[in-house]
Amino acid sequence: MFELLGIPPQALFGQLLLGLINGSFYALLSLGLAVIFGLLNIINFSHGAQYMMGAFVAWMGLTWLGIPYWGALLIVPLVVGATGVAIERLMISRLYHLDHLYGLLLTFGLALIIQGLFRNQFGVSGLPYSIPPQLSGGTNLGFMFLPNYRGWVVIASLIVCFGTWFAIERTRLGAYLRAATENPTLVGAFGINVPRMITLTYGFGVALAAFAGVLAAPIYSVNPNMGADLIIVVFAVVVIGGMGSILGAILTGFGLGIVEGLTKVFYPEASSVAIFVIMAIVLLVKPAGLFGRTA
Amino acid sequence: MSATTETNYSSAADAMPIGTPRHHIVIFAGLLVLLLIAPFMLYPVFIMKILCFALFASALNLLLGFGGLLSFGHAAFFGSASYVTAHAAKVWGLTPEVAILLGTVAAAFLGLVIGALAIRRQGIYFAMVTLAFAQMIFFFALQAPFTGGEDGIQAVPRGNLFGFIPLANDMTLYFVVLAIVFGGLLAIYRIIHSPFGQVLKAIRDNEPRSISLGYKVNRYKLAVFVMSATLAGLAGSTKALVFQLASLTDVYWTMSGEVVLMTLLGGMGTIFGPFVGAAVIVTMQNYFASFGAWVTILQGTIFVISVLLFREGIIGVISRWIKKPL
Amino acid sequence: MNFKTATLAGLAAMLMAGSAMAVDIKLGVLNDRSGIYADLSGEGSVVAARMAIEDFEAAAKGINVEVISADHQNKPDVASTIARQWYDEEGVDVIVDVPTSSAALAVNEITREKGKIFLNSGAASTDLTGAQCAPGTAHWTYDTYALANGTGKAMVDNGYKNWYFLTADYAFGHSLEENTTKVVEASGGTVVGSVRHPFPGTDFSSFLLQAQASGADVIGLANAGGDTVNSIKQAAEFGITQAGQALAGLLIFITDVHALGLETAQGLVLTEAFYWDLNDDTRAWSERFSAEMGGSKPTMVHAGVYSAVTHYLKGVDATDSKDTEAVMDWMKSNPSQDQVFGEGELRADGRHIHDMYLFQVKSPAESSGDWDYYKLLATIPAEVAFRPLEDGGCALVE
Repeated sequence: MFELLGIPPQALFGQLLLGLINGSFYALLSLGLAVIFGLLNIINFSHGAQYMMGAFVAWMGLTWLGIPYWGALLIVPLVVGATGVAIERLMISRLYHLDHLYGLLLTFGLALIIQGLFRNQFGVSGLPYSIPPQLSGGTNLGFMFLPNYRGWVVIASLIVCFGTWFAIERTRLGAYLRAATENPTLVGAFGINVPRMITLTYGFGVALAAFAGVLAAPIYSVNPNMGADLIIVVFAVVVIGGMGSILGAILTGFGLGIVEGLTKVFYPEASSVAIFVIMAIVLLVKPAGLFGRTA
Repeated sequence: MSATTETNYSSAADAMPIGTPRHHIVIFAGLLVLLLIAPFMLYPVFIMKILCFALFASALNLLLGFGGLLSFGHAAFFGSASYVTAHAAKVWGLTPEVAILLGTVAAAFLGLVIGALAIRRQGIYFAMVTLAFAQMIFFFALQAPFTGGEDGIQAVPRGNLFGFIPLANDMTLYFVVLAIVFGGLLAIYRIIHSPFGQVLKAIRDNEPRSISLGYKVNRYKLAVFVMSATLAGLAGSTKALVFQLASLTDVYWTMSGEVVLMTLLGGMGTIFGPFVGAAVIVTMQNYFASFGAWVTILQGTIFVISVLLFREGIIGVISRWIKKPL
Repeated sequence: MNFKTATLAGLAAMLMAGSAMAVDIKLGVLNDRSGIYADLSGEGSVVAARMAIEDFEAAAKGINVEVISADHQNKPDVASTIARQWYDEEGVDVIVDVPTSSAALAVNEITREKGKIFLNSGAASTDLTGAQCAPGTAHWTYDTYALANGTGKAMVDNGYKNWYFLTADYAFGHSLEENTTKVVEASGGTVVGSVRHPFPGTDFSSFLLQAQASGADVIGLANAGGDTVNSIKQAAEFGITQAGQALAGLLIFITDVHALGLETAQGLVLTEAFYWDLNDDTRAWSERFSAEMGGSKPTMVHAGVYSAVTHYLKGVDATDSKDTEAVMDWMKSNPSQDQVFGEGELRADGRHIHDMYLFQVKSPAESSGDWDYYKLLATIPAEVAFRPLEDGGCALVE
């Protein structure tokens, strides 16, 4: 058997697959950020907190109301998305005439509030959320033992990412959306309610984060800080990909998950900074990002 | 959406003349007198903390309020300077002034590297890039052997200033810190009111026009970024000596957020705003220290309120009332 | 600062004119009240300190103790600020608990500088009684050496000879790995490799697969808190324990087991200084503790606070003073004795030694319900449970 840098190929396949799983989360989250940014022109700093909310609401649903995982997968994004709608209506909508930085600052403040409230209520030790019985156990792929649930994460995230891409790039509604990004006044003149579209878009972006949160709940422990550090990595992903295209956000998310997975094998000490180093290189070589359009 | 955007930099402050208005001299003098008396009334370590953060926030304000660049990663400079100073004083046994100088130089160098990369992107991207780089510095501080990981560098000796003035006494140290911070604040004041500062404001308000006027905009941005990083480093170095500690808190992203909050609350683009903002936030943290996560919630709430209702900040509002730039 | 205060000195104290003159003591419980160690220390440590004061009948003996508490958020800078302010401004005489090594080392330094007393229960670092030992510091409950020693030796003795470490990549993780490696090698085991994961981490699957590929008998988890909990969960998910490799948690508390649930945590071997269900004394004490804490059982950190405060009060009572040197001298030259740790001794380097226990986490079938989590595998006698006095390099040991 040939080996690559001392790593047997079976192990390498396993690690690539794991990278893909992590990449699923990067992709879902950076997709949500890109969708929101596309129309609202703000960076949603509370994205990490909303991802965390997704996991918590799933936990609450299961513990307090007996809503199983599959129900949560549908209901939680709607619930958390609704809070997003409220936030957009009450707060963010007041900032559109201002510098975009205020949107960043506002959502940063919101992230602190949400995190703090959950910390007060639930502590930080983390709450358990079991893998749904249909997906427990694992499959031996020969080169690795793949827990069924992790396989599901990749599939679910691919479906949602592709669905979002399709809705935005290939449907009439998506066309309105893209048009509103370019010229809101003109689209409004055609009788389309642009403010409502903006509100729903924000809600949708938040729902994507919540969806990722529900997916994450059975794998990582459900705790109030789960989104805080993740969101910074996702920001780096977004800078690398550029937020010009939906597809770009998805591809960069999955791609960087795999790259990070490889660093964990070859040089684990650097795995936490790998994405930031790539960001520095991209900034030097292609400042607008891999898929970005230069402003 | 981008057709009509505005930023609430204190409008009164924009009318700031190049010379030094008399009321600024009065306020600086009043502030100095107040700070000279303060340690006899209040706990000196507490005021020193406010002073260090006032300088840190003022350094950020130089970049944000006058350069129009929001750095969400200023903890990187504050923290690395703090580590370098602590290491220099503890391991190399250098005198405090040399240790502080080394820390500040380190921050300046880091500012040059990160700044050169970050100014390649604008606006929100700039904020995200600085945040991401700061996170990278955080991971470095966590893993590098000389930073002591999560223990940080503890029991840093305050040493003897110039080799013969012992700083172990809180009072002696207080006046040294006061001198450093006040010096830093005056330097910032000087930069803002120099021709360089005027060009910065021009770039902040209309970058394309400044380019067409022939200014090498990126050089100005980089210069102010490095200056801001240097002064943030000075604040971090001083803090390391006051608390005899350099720790991960100093480089974590929450620190970057806090200093942005101080600037925003006090008033972006004002001279005295960051000082007031720092005093309010540090006092609040102190007061609510025993209430756990409520500090975070309260800080978040102040952020939200400031952004929605109070964009000029405390000093910005006062400045508007009295119709004078502050 | 608005610290919660509670004056425990009653009128009775004044009426009961003891032979000794009154001593006023301010005791500060400094720990994590909102973060990852809040369940482990937090309010429970305040309750434990109060119980010690009540049980000692301090007020009746002319010792008026006021208890205050604060949250250090596990940050050394916050801890050092509060400690400094407590000593300088609030007149605190003794600081108790302080989990998180970095925060504990910070308080240790301030206490040394101010010449006060620091009774640590919550932190793990052996430096507190080693290179950084201080005359006023007592390290009461456990340390990384005791945990590594207990778990490491027991695992090797039971045939788990080949070790692979999953180490949190920062000072604490490295020292835990180093400590355990020494024990494993001294007991006749070998370390076949290790991998360092970022701290704090969320996804450990990649590192766990590397550990699995190493073919080691046991994967040593040289990490703490959420990292340990997540590594254990993910090891279960990837079928690593089912495939025959054992996990050894090197720093794990009953609260972690509670959070993990027995389904996931079963079979884990760990070392602790205290378990509520050890004997009649611990059961009775824990019962009272639970009544005040809404049903949660005490952790070893809570028990340590109780034990340390009890011994300290005895010292104050015996010397009739709160002078640091006099009280510490008394505490170090007299054995300790209490309901939770039984007999113990405070060594010259500030290390409190007592028996440690090796436990295994029960399976859901073996457990009779909430908090019935451990079966006792072995008792490690006090003399061998901790690092030998001469190995620490503490300057107080001549």
